[in-house]
Amino acid sequence: MNERNERIHGVACTFRQVSDVFHAAEQVRDAGWKNWDVHTPFPIHGMDQAMGLPRSPVPRLTLLGGITGFITGCLLTWYMNSYDYPLIVGGKPYWSVIFPFPVIYECTILFAAFGTFFGQFIFNRLPHHHHPLFDLPQFSRISDDTFMIVLEARDPQFHLDESRNFLLSLGGQEITVIRD
Amino acid sequence: MANAHDSSPERPAILDRVRPAELPRSPLILNNRGFHWITDKVCAIVEEPTPLWWKVTFAAALFIASFTFVGLGYLVSTGTGAWGLRSPVGWGWAIVNFVFWVGIGHAGTLISAILCLLRQKWRTSINRAAEAMTIFAVCCAGLFPLFHVGRVWFAWWLFPIPNQNGIWPQFRSPLEWDVFAVSTYFTVSTLFWYMGMIPDLGTIRDRATTWWRKAFYSLLAMGWRGGNRQWSNFEMAYLLLAGLSTPLVLSVHTIVSFDFAVSNVPGWHTTIFPPYFVAGAIFSGFAMVLTLMLPLRAIYRLHDVINQYHIDNMCKIILATGTMVGYAYATEFFIAAYSGNSFEKFAFVNRAFGQYAWAYWIMVSCNVITPQLFWFKKVRENHSLVWIICLFVNVGMWFERFVITITSLANDYLPSSWGYYSPTIVDIFTFFGTFGFFSVLFLLFVRFLPLLPMAEVKMVTPQADPHAH
Repeated sequence: MNERNERIHGVACTFRQVSDVFHAAEQVRDAGWKNWDVHTPFPIHGMDQAMGLPRSPVPRLTLLGGITGFITGCLLTWYMNSYDYPLIVGGKPYWSVIFPFPVIYECTILFAAFGTFFGQFIFNRLPHHHHPLFDLPQFSRISDDTFMIVLEARDPQFHLDESRNFLLSLGGQEITVIRD
Repeated sequence: MANAHDSSPERPAILDRVRPAELPRSPLILNNRGFHWITDKVCAIVEEPTPLWWKVTFAAALFIASFTFVGLGYLVSTGTGAWGLRSPVGWGWAIVNFVFWVGIGHAGTLISAILCLLRQKWRTSINRAAEAMTIFAVCCAGLFPLFHVGRVWFAWWLFPIPNQNGIWPQFRSPLEWDVFAVSTYFTVSTLFWYMGMIPDLGTIRDRATTWWRKAFYSLLAMGWRGGNRQWSNFEMAYLLLAGLSTPLVLSVHTIVSFDFAVSNVPGWHTTIFPPYFVAGAIFSGFAMVLTLMLPLRAIYRLHDVINQYHIDNMCKIILATGTMVGYAYATEFFIAAYSGNSFEKFAFVNRAFGQYAWAYWIMVSCNVITPQLFWFKKVRENHSLVWIICLFVNVGMWFERFVITITSLANDYLPSSWGYYSPTIVDIFTFFGTFGFFSVLFLLFVRFLPLLPMAEVKMVTPQADPHAH
């Protein structure tokens, strides 16, 4: 990062059509960019491939949550009905996996859902209320009907003028420099 | 049908001799509406000055809701004798109302989760409101078992906390399973609903003009920026929550049916209960979705987003599940006859021809006969009629739970212990008030949160396809 870029977050340019931003994203990917993003009002089908993004890591936390929930359900019912205060009901064993299965099942789903929900927040680094993008006047249209590619200054390829020209060559409309 | 006219070498010879029928997909959004139109339409509901109809309805809903709170206050200060419960019927309207409201909620999860997994794109227009309906219906449902325990200040004994004597809950009881099922259902539905709403809250935040509106929606939107790196995780989480909600929603009504099926009472102790309850829940829930969405569609002129295709689909689901419910009624009779168990046979003959025959035939006419009208396109296109049929379905499904709960308890094994159950005015007021409670929550949702999932609706428009020309 050179001195001129010190207080620059990146360069943004807007697109009006889904197909335009989609093909532009493919070219940014092919140019080897790492720190960049495509801001859209809705998820565009196939954009992950067009950006060359890896599969989302959220399922790992879902699995972790599910396993935690299953074990929690087993331990909960075993500890309460068999260990701490053993209950004799109908001469049956104090604990088996069968009778509290609905409880274990619901705990598994509950914890897996927590894993997924918080996983989304963790991997998306949310909540994040202060971001340079929010100061951009055209940002408010991104959640409506406009699409935007942002090339970030922390990418090793970033060079203010070259990156602007690169975005222009992709067919972008409004090119703006985002300041930190 | 581009392939049919393609002259590629692999083209099957049969296509030279037949003309395949053109089966165009019905458009989900009419009049080729653009992204900005969708944003404006949905945000306007939240941004416009509070309309008069809303204020009037909200005041009426608050008044009706007060019936529940007065009823519950009277119950707690007097004792459970204030309800019509007495031997032999120890489960009265409270359980009927609980099952009714939980069942209503199931359509919301069916739309948000199961139809998502089945890639039914039409669900997007009704998804958000149906999910909200789920959460508020579960709130109404939860009141009843909570107060039904009698001494409500001991309701915490249901939770896995040791009481004064160090005794824990007993996990062999289906009622304890219910606590876990319903509370998990409520939590997961709320998480799913909220997470799906974040991008739309971001849209409202970006359009906000007043500082308090900006602050409120910024807080809720969590700083969503709509970057594809965020969408990628969001979509994965959404899919996973749909995948988790599907077995959850099926398990919830299964477990609710276990409250009955695990007992030894004739008419309750049947293996058909779980699928039969789930079908009935979806049936009543879709009727409630239409009951709510048809007026909202007319008020907010959402005809392009919720069009005849959506209404047709919902009517057809009501028809299918209503027929399943009718089939289950018939199966119950067959199995009772086939079982050779005289108590079981009696329970079913008694339902249809005994002292509660009036309730049974209301149930059959509302649940089995009325939805059959949805076979006719003319009926599905007459929205006032659709709305009235949906009201009948709601009434019928309430009576189904009444028939199951009350007839089985009132006339079980020994004729010496038979009885006749009637609700008291407290029962009736408490239940009546829940419709107000539900409406209060739903009206607040309509006024302050995005009624339609804008991002999802935009996603299913033709111009959202990156390969469209």
